[in-house]
Amino acid sequence: MKKPDNAFFSRVLMMGNEAAAEAAIRAGCQCYFGYPITPQNELTAYMAKHMPERGRVFIQAESELAAINMVFGASVAGVRAMTSSSSPGISLKQEGISYLAGAQLPAVIINVQRGGPGLGSIDPSQGDYFQATKGGGHGDYHIIVLAPASVQEMHDMTVEAFRLADHYRIPVMILADGRVGQMMEPIRLHEDPPPPVPPKPWALTGAKGRPPQYIRSLFVEEGALEKHNYELQDCYRQIAAAETKAEETETGDCEWLIAAWGTCARISKGVVRKARAQGIKVGLVRPITLWPFPHEHLARLAHQVKALLVVEMNCGQMLEDVRLAVNGAAPVHFSGYPGGRIPTETDVLNALTALAHSQGR
Amino acid sequence: MKPPKNCYRRPTSLTDATMHYCAGCGHSIVHKLLAEVLDELEIRERTIGVAPVGCAVFAYFYLKCDISEAAHGRTPAVATGIKRALPDRIVFSYQGDGDLAAIGMTETIHTANRGEPITVIFINNTVYGMTGGQMAPTTLVGQQTATSPAGRNPATMGCPIRMCELLNTLDQPYYIERVALDSYAGVVATKKALLTAFQSQVAGKGYSFVEVLSPCPTYLRLSPQKALQFVGREIAAQFPVRIFRKEGVPVNA
Ligand SMILES: Cc1ncc(C[n+]2csc(CCOP(=O)(O)OP(=O)(O)O)c2C)c(N)n1
Ligand code: SF4
Ligand SMILES: [Mg+2]
Repeated sequence: MKKPDNAFFSRVLMMGNEAAAEAAIRAGCQCYFGYPITPQNELTAYMAKHMPERGRVFIQAESELAAINMVFGASVAGVRAMTSSSSPGISLKQEGISYLAGAQLPAVIINVQRGGPGLGSIDPSQGDYFQATKGGGHGDYHIIVLAPASVQEMHDMTVEAFRLADHYRIPVMILADGRVGQMMEPIRLHEDPPPPVPPKPWALTGAKGRPPQYIRSLFVEEGALEKHNYELQDCYRQIAAAETKAEETETGDCEWLIAAWGTCARISKGVVRKARAQGIKVGLVRPITLWPFPHEHLARLAHQVKALLVVEMNCGQMLEDVRLAVNGAAPVHFSGYPGGRIPTETDVLNALTALAHSQGR
Repeated sequence: MKPPKNCYRRPTSLTDATMHYCAGCGHSIVHKLLAEVLDELEIRERTIGVAPVGCAVFAYFYLKCDISEAAHGRTPAVATGIKRALPDRIVFSYQGDGDLAAIGMTETIHTANRGEPITVIFINNTVYGMTGGQMAPTTLVGQQTATSPAGRNPATMGCPIRMCELLNTLDQPYYIERVALDSYAGVVATKKALLTAFQSQVAGKGYSFVEVLSPCPTYLRLSPQKALQFVGREIAAQFPVRIFRKEGVPVNA
């Protein structure tokens, strides 16, 4: 069959979970380890079918603990590896993520968030923001956190996650939610070659023609851990300088500012349109990297607006980072949806108009 | 000048570092035997080990092959990841009883059940050495430890877990043997078991498991000499020393 070259026909209809799985394959992921949990099961099933077809590794692990530690092993051996799960399973992975961060190992972790705490619900949620962006496991570390708002971004960000992970030797998390994971949209597949794999002289491949080496996160020699932690902080500063990303919509003349991420940002885009039709000059800032957080975007915009409205499917998590960034320059309000419910444009529009009226637009 | 073949010398696969193990500790003996096996099979340069969280966490200072740390008990999962990524390398995990039979029990069983073609070396010293001599899953009934000060009481603490027997119920393992570091003969048997295990892996066979009943004089609160006797008499009485699985076939007692 002739390959269609028309941009429209080169798109395929895909579900977010599958789009992320296909992206991992196209990004050169050699090993995938998973454990079933809703709402990300399609991702694991996709890998079960398509990884072995390509002679790559798929294991349904005995738990999320085992899965993340298999990722650790594959990463130790220098190959691209990924795992995926949803909130309760991601809690189990935190031990391994801390060890990956400590040992400076690249890895990609997808969290298709569901409600919590505990078993919560299987509905979409943004309740894991704190866990993802503040470290999550024990110790003084960060991982890169990307927040997709569409199926296309599930795909693109997964490819990008492998680049970032290898480049900075750091775990990268895609912090999606059940809506992005389950939704189907037409997307353009990544047709370029995988992101180039940098040399990995640190990888354990057998001590052939070189002295033996080891990978560790234990530093007991005097001063060694302090030095190691400063090195990690240096790396984090480099990432913050080079990789921080946010998207701004209608912020040029805005008097009000919505700050939202992922699914809530997508809904808020519609709200911006509707509010402007009613004469409310509102803009939207949407952190694309949740860590590193786009403090500067928020700090700059805070000086131009009367107030901010943070919209999240939780009880106010990114809200804290927004307040830190705004640092008192403008009032910061919150519209939250913690019950696994996805807000409608009307919900958010009502919150915004109430705010605008109360502050005397 | 090359030393004669039967001359006793430090294996090439062992570094010159002074080991941190207590006098009479089984870990140092097994490290040396392991190094000899890597030498004899000429696999040092294609071997990747996974060190446990336990007294042997610093195995990478003593063994001259690539070694990764792992989180406590996740050792076989890390080894699985390495072996699947690099199937032509020789991969082993080295674990204590806490690491392998308590916190890492799930990973241990499922790795064996998948028949991952790795070698698991299990140092059963019936206590948690590293953290100060607490009760292990393999602690003997009545044995006093920091967390069973009146002796292990089966009514509330259960009985010692026999790992070889447990793993032998699975279909996939290729080789399972228990040996005891209680004497010169025990050291020789341990070396032979390790050799068989690694040979099976080199030959591309399945999962191999060697349990070594091993002295921890410090937390058995015995002299090195007495600790060896305790391994041979008391510990081996609870954990029969024998081959359980050979070439994938269960061996009757
Ligand atoms: C998650 C976690 N829990 C507990 C510990 C503390 N810890 C370190 S080693 C160890 C047990 C070691 O005993 P064993 O596996 O028998 O090894 P040995 O020192 O006896 O060789 C424990 C509980 C830890 N490091 N990590
Ligand atoms: S505490 Fe026991 S196991 Fe640990 S080094 Fe000392 S003798 Fe060996
Ligand atoms: Mg022990």
